Amino acid sequence: MKIPLKYTVRNFRSRRLTTAITITGVALVVFVFVAVMMLSNGITATLIATGSTENVLVARKAANGEISSIIMNETYNIILTLPQVAKDAEGKPIATGDVVVVINLPKIGTEGGFSNVTVRGVSQPAFDLRPMVKIAEGRMFNWGAREIIVGSAVTKRFEGAQIGNVIKFAGDNWTIVGVYEADRTAFDSEIWGDVSQIQDAFRRGVSFSTVTFRLSSPDQFEALEKAFADDNRLQQFEPKIEQAYFEAQSEFMAIFISVLGIFVTVFFSVGAIIGAMITMYTAVANRTTEVGTLRALGFQRRNVLFAFLTESILISLIGAAIGLFLASWLQFFTVSTMNWGSFSELEFSFTLTLKIILYAVGFSILMGVVGGFLPSVAAARLNIVNALRSA
Amino acid sequence: MANTLIEIQNISKSYRRDSMQIPVLRDISLTVPDGEFLGLMGPSGSGKTTLLNLIAGIDKPNKGKIVVGGMDVASLNETALAKWRARHVGFIFQFYNLIPVLTAYENVELPLLLTKLSKDQRKKHVETALQVVGLADRMQHYPKQLSGGQEQRVAIARAIATDPTLLVADEPTGDLDKQSAEEILTLLERLNKEFKKTIVMVTHDPRAAEKAHTVRHLDKGELQ
Repeated sequence: MKIPLKYTVRNFRSRRLTTAITITGVALVVFVFVAVMMLSNGITATLIATGSTENVLVARKAANGEISSIIMNETYNIILTLPQVAKDAEGKPIATGDVVVVINLPKIGTEGGFSNVTVRGVSQPAFDLRPMVKIAEGRMFNWGAREIIVGSAVTKRFEGAQIGNVIKFAGDNWTIVGVYEADRTAFDSEIWGDVSQIQDAFRRGVSFSTVTFRLSSPDQFEALEKAFADDNRLQQFEPKIEQAYFEAQSEFMAIFISVLGIFVTVFFSVGAIIGAMITMYTAVANRTTEVGTLRALGFQRRNVLFAFLTESILISLIGAAIGLFLASWLQFFTVSTMNWGSFSELEFSFTLTLKIILYAVGFSILMGVVGGFLPSVAAARLNIVNALRSA
Repeated sequence: MANTLIEIQNISKSYRRDSMQIPVLRDISLTVPDGEFLGLMGPSGSGKTTLLNLIAGIDKPNKGKIVVGGMDVASLNETALAKWRARHVGFIFQFYNLIPVLTAYENVELPLLLTKLSKDQRKKHVETALQVVGLADRMQHYPKQLSGGQEQRVAIARAIATDPTLLVADEPTGDLDKQSAEEILTLLERLNKEFKKTIVMVTHDPRAAEKAHTVRHLDKGELQ
């Protein structure tokens, strides 16, 4: 056993103000770091939850997202005949050809600000493929009518997107007859209607943006890929597990936010590290005689180095705990931003994970080590006689 | 006749200030028998604290040899020297040098943390040491809750807790009132007589020197 931890901990009390300021600095940096990671993670988690691992989504290979993909009716029918497409009890394929378009709606509280909203034309099996989509208020739209249901995030954030209202797009009036909830997935940020009505209004003929179907068995995906590769008529299209497809849609935004956030955090952390360094240099200067005494008693240089480094790391860890605690409250907030994958608004929550907590703890330890290293080395290198003379 | 505990042969020590070499000790030779209570006196700057530091192994001579308890102290590397100090030397400082954030008990326990003793064994050592200095009832007090005399007694308890071969005291009464100083000197005398501790004490105080068996004077780095 070497220099006791209580020596380190109790020294915090003897210089409360500088310690508190340093802890606050670290807490702020960790808060920003964690918030950004939670934001990035929230987008990814929302989009991952949107897709199922049991479903396959087919889009045109060259398309960046659903809105830029087009699948003609003939191709749609070929896809439905593939043996890898699951069938229901009546032998019908469990598949939906979706038409995905983007419209503009005024946002609540932005005084004239508009934002993009995804409109998805679906067929009946879409509700079997995405069981999380449930009517929360009002009723389901009637097939063959200019009726729509809106996601809970849309009704909350857009003017006129409430039940009973009529909104105008594609040169026609659409009545909102219901609000659905989709378990905090990206579907919550969409408007759904009958695919034939959407095709008609947007003059799409009989074409779809994407085709989603249930895979007959999870081990059939390779065979499906082979079927697409072998069939000349399907070679322009790519099947992907639905979850992987949506996860890839989050990639750009998640990386963009992470990179921006890490840049800002690193910038801030320089300040926090300098703060920790000043605090620790002051600690060493104030305790020179103590260090001399400890060394005279027989404690080694490395014991002194370790004690001061521990002190610096502990300060950082306390800051990290505070920063994490404050950031954890962000989980109760939802935000929306433009998802570059779909060019439309996506609502999502800040999501805290164990990985983020571990990153934050690791990051704070790093700040403590970097900030405390030089002062700790200075303490360890003190000459005993000179240190004792400073009494 | 007692065995020799400390044998100093022709040591010299100088410090460098800028480009100047300032001699502090010049060709000192000294023998201290086991169980001795040696007082080192001399004016400020005479080199007595430097000599004490060399004997205690917290400084090294430029020349000469210091053997304490059969160990050539000056030849040890820093790590070995620290271990040697922890085992063989008890320090008593003018300003007590207690760690302010630790209680009397914890201060006395500090050097014991460098031994292989168990927690229970350490507890026994600490309690015994504090009983010897008459502060068994102040174990949980912090240094600022103690008087100067009491602080120095805690420091003495810390110095004897590991049962070292040698006690070195640098002006142990220099910061104390007359009564407290007398108590500390009596305690040191008791440690020497009753517990057979060899003590080397640097002092300015003639009353302190009176307690020593032998007093050696230093002047301008030379032993008189």
